[in-house]
Amino acid sequence: MTPANFDGLMPVVIFMGLAVALFVGGHFASVLLAPKKPSHLKSTPYECGEQPVGSAWSMFNVRFYVVGLIFIIFDVESVLMFPVAAIFRELNDMGHGGYALIVFLSFISILIEGIAYCWKKGDLDWVKSFQVSTKNNK
Amino acid sequence: MNQTVVSYLSQYEFYDVLLAAFGKNEGLLAFAIYLLGGVIIVGLCATIGGLGTFAERKISADIQQRLGPNRVGPYGILQFLADGVKMMTKEDVMPFTADKMLFYLAPMLALVGVFATLAVLPFSSGLMMADLNVGIFYLIAISSLVGVSVFLGGYASNSKWSMLGGMRGASQIISYEIPVTISILAVTLLAGGMSFGTIMSHQRGLPTNWFIFHNPFAFIAGFVYFIGALAETNRAPFDLPEAESELVSGYHTEYTGMRFGFFALAEYIEVFVVCGVGAALFLGGSNLPFDISFDIIPLQLLEVVIFMSKALALYYVVIWIRWTFPRLRVDQLMAICWKYLTPIAIFNLIGCAVWVVVFNGKSIAELIFGH
Repeated sequence: MTPANFDGLMPVVIFMGLAVALFVGGHFASVLLAPKKPSHLKSTPYECGEQPVGSAWSMFNVRFYVVGLIFIIFDVESVLMFPVAAIFRELNDMGHGGYALIVFLSFISILIEGIAYCWKKGDLDWVKSFQVSTKNNK
Repeated sequence: MNQTVVSYLSQYEFYDVLLAAFGKNEGLLAFAIYLLGGVIIVGLCATIGGLGTFAERKISADIQQRLGPNRVGPYGILQFLADGVKMMTKEDVMPFTADKMLFYLAPMLALVGVFATLAVLPFSSGLMMADLNVGIFYLIAISSLVGVSVFLGGYASNSKWSMLGGMRGASQIISYEIPVTISILAVTLLAGGMSFGTIMSHQRGLPTNWFIFHNPFAFIAGFVYFIGALAETNRAPFDLPEAESELVSGYHTEYTGMRFGFFALAEYIEVFVVCGVGAALFLGGSNLPFDISFDIIPLQLLEVVIFMSKALALYYVVIWIRWTFPRLRVDQLMAICWKYLTPIAIFNLIGCAVWVVVFNGKSIAELIFGH
């Protein structure tokens, strides 16, 4: 067996383990060193000195939630584009550069179409998305 | 040729001695070397993160004509140690309304996400923990954990400020991941591979071989990457998730003591990581400006110094930007991401693809000077 067999994910796991170890160690030190005088008032959520009104887990107008949906599309498409980008040079050296470019561009054009549609519908604006949604609700 | 620590050391004679000492067990030896290297790199980066907080305060003081911290140690340079000790000895307060498990989990996720990215950071051609063949892709994926931790921290606190900060953080971090990813795609396309080893080997030699000077599109992609990286690490002018003048402290309002310390540490190390990745992808990373046929360990140290100086120069720019520009509004932030940076990044990607086909992958310098 060569050392190359161990070049895989072992360092990654070690680094994650170090992060957890640092977290647990820091916590342990804090438990040992820090004072503990809990009180009800101290453990209320911070609301600038006022009594907190209700829970923070309430109905909340998340602007840009459509952005989350576009993000998923972009993310999946970039996952699919990474392998193509990685072998693009190789394809070009083999003489299939023009063909690869056309395929690549037609794939990206789907992305551009998606963002253009979202932009036109006003999902990328703060105010206009509000107006569009109320107009549709009437 | 980039390689991991173990495969680099295995070309020397003392590797066989070590191997004999470990009873010919290569797996155990590799584990020991990785563990030692991991502790060294984590220690180094944690110190850089700590010094980052000091540098931030000192540089901001310079910009605003103040003195900054100057009491602990020479020039106040040990201030970060004093801060760390203070955080450790502060009482740990948790809101009674909080989701306890997620509240505990959030800072740990931030640390894990940041430390896992250190594993693929190419400090030099021999000092690199894991040369994964999907290196840069892995880095993008694993650094998303920080975004999750920001949202979890905001949600689990059950405080209105934290909730707003967490929501902003989630939408900002996922949005800016798109221009960053597409800029990195352009580099992948030019290098013809996703591993840091491949990307570095294409930038060997003079600065004209760096990817930022490869073609005009890559030049713009470098800037798009840097702006997006600022936003992904919640740095000013994009520090809306923790905007102290409007949201108290954003997603870590309810975090006290050591847990706040972990969030701060993770944030400062992440800034170093994105600067290091920027240096590796666009600025030639740890490559020496001249070709040498032999390979000795002091040369590796020189490469580490080159990589560090590039990354820390970018780190300085990040701090400089923070104390120069005012903070953006939320809608301006999203407009910059989706209406400017993303179309520009896609344009760069198409430009790079066309460039590779038309000029057969040659850089501007190669076209002009023809070698």
